[in-house]
Amino acid sequence: MMDKITVPKPRRFRRNFVILTVAFLILGSAWFAGFNIFEVMGNLYKGSRLLGRMFLPPDFSYIPRIISPMLETIQMALVGTFVGAIIALPTAVLAANNFIKTKWLHVPLRLILNIFRTIPAMVLASLFVAVFGLGAFSGVMALAIFTFGLISKLTFESIEAIDYGQVEALMSLGANKMNVLRYAIMPQILPQYTSYTIYGFEVNIRAAAVLGWVGAGGIGQTLEYNLAWRNFDKVGMIIIFSFAIVLVIDLVSSAIRKRLV
Amino acid sequence: MIKFLNVSKTYPNGVEALKNINLEINEGEFVAIIGLSGAGKSTLLRLINKLIDSTGGEVFFDGESVTKAKGKDLINIRRQIGMIFQGFNIVKRMSVLSNVLSGRVAYHPTWKTILGIFPEEDKQIAYRALQRVDILEKVHNRASDLSGGQQQRVAIARALAQEPKLMLADEPVASLDPITTVQVMDYLKKINEEDGITTVANLHHVDLAWNYSTRIVGVREGKVVYDEQRKDLKKSKFFADLEMVYGRPITHDEILGDE
Repeated sequence: MMDKITVPKPRRFRRNFVILTVAFLILGSAWFAGFNIFEVMGNLYKGSRLLGRMFLPPDFSYIPRIISPMLETIQMALVGTFVGAIIALPTAVLAANNFIKTKWLHVPLRLILNIFRTIPAMVLASLFVAVFGLGAFSGVMALAIFTFGLISKLTFESIEAIDYGQVEALMSLGANKMNVLRYAIMPQILPQYTSYTIYGFEVNIRAAAVLGWVGAGGIGQTLEYNLAWRNFDKVGMIIIFSFAIVLVIDLVSSAIRKRLV
Repeated sequence: MIKFLNVSKTYPNGVEALKNINLEINEGEFVAIIGLSGAGKSTLLRLINKLIDSTGGEVFFDGESVTKAKGKDLINIRRQIGMIFQGFNIVKRMSVLSNVLSGRVAYHPTWKTILGIFPEEDKQIAYRALQRVDILEKVHNRASDLSGGQQQRVAIARALAQEPKLMLADEPVASLDPITTVQVMDYLKKINEEDGITTVANLHHVDLAWNYSTRIVGVREGKVVYDEQRKDLKKSKFFADLEMVYGRPITHDEILGDE
């Protein structure tokens, strides 16, 4: 006769605690934010009428007029990404802890990068509009700073994850720091860096589309103008057009990035 | 050529990898260093070109202190010392030629090497190095496209391009199959004999040490416990003596076996 095996019951306390806490946080937030499901239901009709005015039909004759602000948006994203990415590369090298070992450099550098990355592009743009005035230049500056923070961060993490054996081999044959960088580190991270830059462009296209709200140029400015005048059929057209452009750019950029890494 | 004077190395985590090592290696020797993993073989090798700093004693290369060398002096020492590794450590995203040319970087001003400018005679050195290890036909391939044995031969060519006086090999065949192992060891031996390049190799397989070296040094728990000239040894005696190095009889996987 075999003894019956008994094991202690699993302890569920932690799991239940987590579920309760998360539920409390979500419900509490909804209450504080004034979220009300009945208000959503009650305004469904108003919302659908607005959608009807926007898209049934959108103002197709407006397309020629939005091509130029759309181009400006793309240009802003392109220049902003380019400038940010260029500055990001040397910064990432200095911020990586396996290339430069003194904490005095990479700790403060990382702090700055984190700050840049946390400030939304919209906030940066409103600051720059205050400094440089209305127009695309302020938008480009905002995008460049944001991109710089983003790409630096991703790239220095790639640098820290490289195969250190290749670095060791270059050191063993008498290479100095610059040569180690050129012959062991760059070949390993260049594909990833390029991929991050294209991803940055993807993000910036979307960001650039709304930067006009604070007067920083591009399609956002046209959008805001038409909303203010309640030209909803034109608003609908802008949204469709922007959506199409963003979609195409996302598809192309993910296709390129897939082949890179 | 190489001299260890009371050298010890304690890692920051407290591991005593080497304890008071005294060892002299002469020009032209092919020294095999054997011992269990963790015995301190890799540390010993890396102290010779200061990839690791010692914590006591001094290492000399050609009469110069490696331990005290810094900056330009250290680079000048390192460029005379070729090194190959268990993981090959060639740069996989570069061409074979760029890899071999990178063996020349310590001979030119940095601004030129950064731009990838190498004189024609360096290219000839690179081609000749590739020819020595019979892999010249892969000169324009990407390094990642080569097999393990081919990558290790590129690594040897890169070291040869340095025109070194000394070749360090850290478990050079540990990630290769038995047939390519013999090829790679043959190249190392040929370079040692024909060019007179002193060679120090960490080897896991004791029969490789027996077949290729002129001197066998055994390391155990951070100390040199065995040091014999190969020509003075008898095979049966050698294999029996290995218990001194390993603290137990040799196991099957430490012998590569006959082809």
